[in-house]
Amino acid sequence: MSETPDLECRDICKSFDDFRAVDNVSFAVPQGKFFSILGPSGCGKTTLLRMIAGFQKPTSGDLLIKGRSVVDVPPNKRPVSMVFQHLALFPMMNIGANVGFGLRQRGVNKTDVKKQVERVLERVGLGGVADRAVSSLSGGQKQRVAIARCMVLEPDVLLLDEPLGALDLKLREHMKIELKQLQSEFNTTFVYITHDQSEALVMSDQIAVMNRGVFEQVGTAKELYYEPQTAFVAGFVGEANRFAATVEETGDGTLTLRTDAGRMLTGVAAGQGLARGTAAQVFVRPEAVRLSRAPQDATGNAGEGTVQSVLFNGANSQVLLRDGQSGAEISVALPQTGEFRDLQQGDAVHFCWSPDQTRVYADG
Amino acid sequence: MADRSKLTFYLLLAPLLLWLVTLIILPHVGMFIVSLREKVGVREYETSFANYAVFFNEPLYWNTFARTAYMSVASTVLTLLIGFPIAYYIAKLTRGRSKTTLFLMCLIPFWVSELVRTFGWMILLRETGIFSSLLQYVGLADAPVEMLYNDAAIMVGLVYTSMLFMVVPLVTTLDSLDDSLIEAGYDLGASGIAILREIVIPHAMPGIVSGCIVVFMLSLGNYLTPILLGGKDSLWFTGLIYSQFITRFNWELGSAFGFLLLGLSSLIVFVGLKLTRQSLGKTMAQT
Amino acid sequence: MITGIPQSGAFKWTYRAYVALFFIFLALPLVTVCVFAFNDSVFPSLPWEGFTWAWFFGDEAPYIGVFHERPILRSIVTSGIVAFWVSVLSVAVGTCNAFLFVRHDFPGKGLLYILMLLPLIIPGIILGISILVFSSSVANTLEDATGLWFDGLRPGLILVVLGQFSFITTFATLVISARLQKFDPALEEAALNLGATRWGAVRAVTLPFLYPAMGAAGVVAVLMSFENFNTTLMLVGSDAPLTITMFDRLKLGSTPVLNAVSLLLIVVSALLGLASLLLEKRQD
Repeated sequence: MSETPDLECRDICKSFDDFRAVDNVSFAVPQGKFFSILGPSGCGKTTLLRMIAGFQKPTSGDLLIKGRSVVDVPPNKRPVSMVFQHLALFPMMNIGANVGFGLRQRGVNKTDVKKQVERVLERVGLGGVADRAVSSLSGGQKQRVAIARCMVLEPDVLLLDEPLGALDLKLREHMKIELKQLQSEFNTTFVYITHDQSEALVMSDQIAVMNRGVFEQVGTAKELYYEPQTAFVAGFVGEANRFAATVEETGDGTLTLRTDAGRMLTGVAAGQGLARGTAAQVFVRPEAVRLSRAPQDATGNAGEGTVQSVLFNGANSQVLLRDGQSGAEISVALPQTGEFRDLQQGDAVHFCWSPDQTRVYADG
Repeated sequence: MADRSKLTFYLLLAPLLLWLVTLIILPHVGMFIVSLREKVGVREYETSFANYAVFFNEPLYWNTFARTAYMSVASTVLTLLIGFPIAYYIAKLTRGRSKTTLFLMCLIPFWVSELVRTFGWMILLRETGIFSSLLQYVGLADAPVEMLYNDAAIMVGLVYTSMLFMVVPLVTTLDSLDDSLIEAGYDLGASGIAILREIVIPHAMPGIVSGCIVVFMLSLGNYLTPILLGGKDSLWFTGLIYSQFITRFNWELGSAFGFLLLGLSSLIVFVGLKLTRQSLGKTMAQT
Repeated sequence: MITGIPQSGAFKWTYRAYVALFFIFLALPLVTVCVFAFNDSVFPSLPWEGFTWAWFFGDEAPYIGVFHERPILRSIVTSGIVAFWVSVLSVAVGTCNAFLFVRHDFPGKGLLYILMLLPLIIPGIILGISILVFSSSVANTLEDATGLWFDGLRPGLILVVLGQFSFITTFATLVISARLQKFDPALEEAALNLGATRWGAVRAVTLPFLYPAMGAAGVVAVLMSFENFNTTLMLVGSDAPLTITMFDRLKLGSTPVLNAVSLLLIVVSALLGLASLLLEKRQD
């Protein structure tokens, strides 16, 4: 891995008056990767992206593109392009003029501009629309024009600022796949910011989860989902049952805890600072819980509960259980084997989950 | 029910028609008829284009007409050039309270009578005025300097008086320009000039057109500023109309002059709207 | 506001200096007028001879202040009367027009709408002379036919009111129509549904909704009427409104009493202007 990354951030900070929007963020994106920054609104991801694009200057830290520092390079000279949240296609120009805008700024001659515009439009599947007005396109087509407008400049890094946010649900699902395909087709480094975890999980090679100006965790979708390193990541990525608990005993890697509602649990320590008596957060994914009609062998965390309600949603159906012992509510993914098809409100069921799917984080 | 709503309709239509017919249409038709009358004796008239012929045969008249037109064009262009950066500053580089304050500061001078504004410029520019005294005080002049009664003074007055009608529509259109379009332009490698030319100005075009039309009309029809700042010999067409009507009692010629001015101003409005494919209603709604 | 575009320091400061200069340019004539209202000299010019209130309250020649200057006081009253009638008439007709254009569809609507806008593009002086010519010929005809006098059709306050009304109504119509367009007709239907008569519904629901716009239009009408010069000049008779009186004084050269009047005008117009903005803001 001696290759220089396409984009590297070193200890980037950005403060507004007394508010720190981005706090000591460092990361590197290797060439050709799809890198997402996932976080709730207000977490600083937009500020970070705008610093990479050059619209904001970091308070401290360094930004390198292909190994070269660009902190002092104005946005119109940076080898990065950006797809804006609402795309920012120029309504006063037709599609061809939009896509050719950047080339014209570089002083490329007219015939070459025309050729390159046509080529890139064909690559995004929109050949022959150059003379049409932007307003004649559908939402998904506009998306592709916005990407073509950037890609025609062959940027080192393409930045995308939640470009799918304005689309309706169905088109969004479709565009996720299409964006991923475009990225591998152009083989350009993408940096994508979003608050929608499914966009990030589906498309990205690497995801950074950002919260309150810092990166909580950087990893692949699987790592984030199965081995979240902080309570925030565990709660933000995917769904989880969350219990407040106190550590009763510590062993080698396993912990015994008592939830505030009074149930004993065994789990694995996913973070630091879990000594005896500390308050902790316990996370269990709904699909980690196994249901059965008969009692199960009691290794791990098991118990009996009553069905509160069945939330039927095809493959994503869920059952809400009331734990008979503690009275806590537990959400369980409904197994699709047909065994529980006739499950009804008020039915008694047994449940269990294994300790290594019980992730424990120090509270706070 | 239908009869009731018909009645309402006619009741609403009546004031509109009364206003337009008696105060706008008939007076202009009447004025046109008067302009076609040639006086041949005491209270005896013939229909002819004699009054219009007088206009074209007398160089003073059509020179004044042409001069009024190109001075108005010049003041329109100047107002646009001076006002555009201000409108851009207000619309794009300020926000919140300071934006409102700057905008109000633009509006206030125009709620005040044009007479007061012109009076201010007279105090500043005349021989015994502030600028003259200041120049003498600093030593740049050793005798009083008369800055009134020339074309530059007229131009200052016209630009000052029309500024609002340029700035307001410009601020309105520039406000509606999405900032991310400008950022996208920079991101794609454009320079400030290129952005101005390819994104900002095309977007602001409706505002530019409506501002220019209004400013041109106001300058063309202005009477106070040229007379007070330009003096007796300011050669402004409205001055000619006034003297034909009030001093010389030659209403026939005065009406002909009036029609020529009206024709020029309508022509400019029409051409302006056609060139930019705007509608009168939309343009006027911006001011 | 665009934060993202880096600009060189020199450019930024030049731009700011330009904006500052512009606002100085805007304020300069008005400030000058106001300052010299307090100069203890019979000419509104330098040198500064000391501060005085004489141009407001003085009653000894040549220091006759505004409040003792009969002709000016009279012309202020005249202007006030004219402005009142113009405002009342134009708001009334403007409201009717708004209902007509927003609520009704009829053949020729587009044409009438254009005609309604026309007064905006007719130079004020031409509006003035056309009304002058027309009313005089009507008066001549009537007098020839009946042998009676029709003074109302000769230059005078009635013509001034009509002349100003003829174009201010367009502004009133635009302001009130814009407001009426935002009105949800369902509110009126609800009133009808609850048993109101059609006129009762309009009076109880629609008109109150329009009041702020009507108020704003009325204030704007007063402002425009007070400062109108071009149209008034052609139609004025023996009772001159304030702008005409001031214009005559200005041509001759005058004492700073004109500055004092101007100062009062500036204060009152600024207040009225702010009032109209507040009224329009209340609509949201």
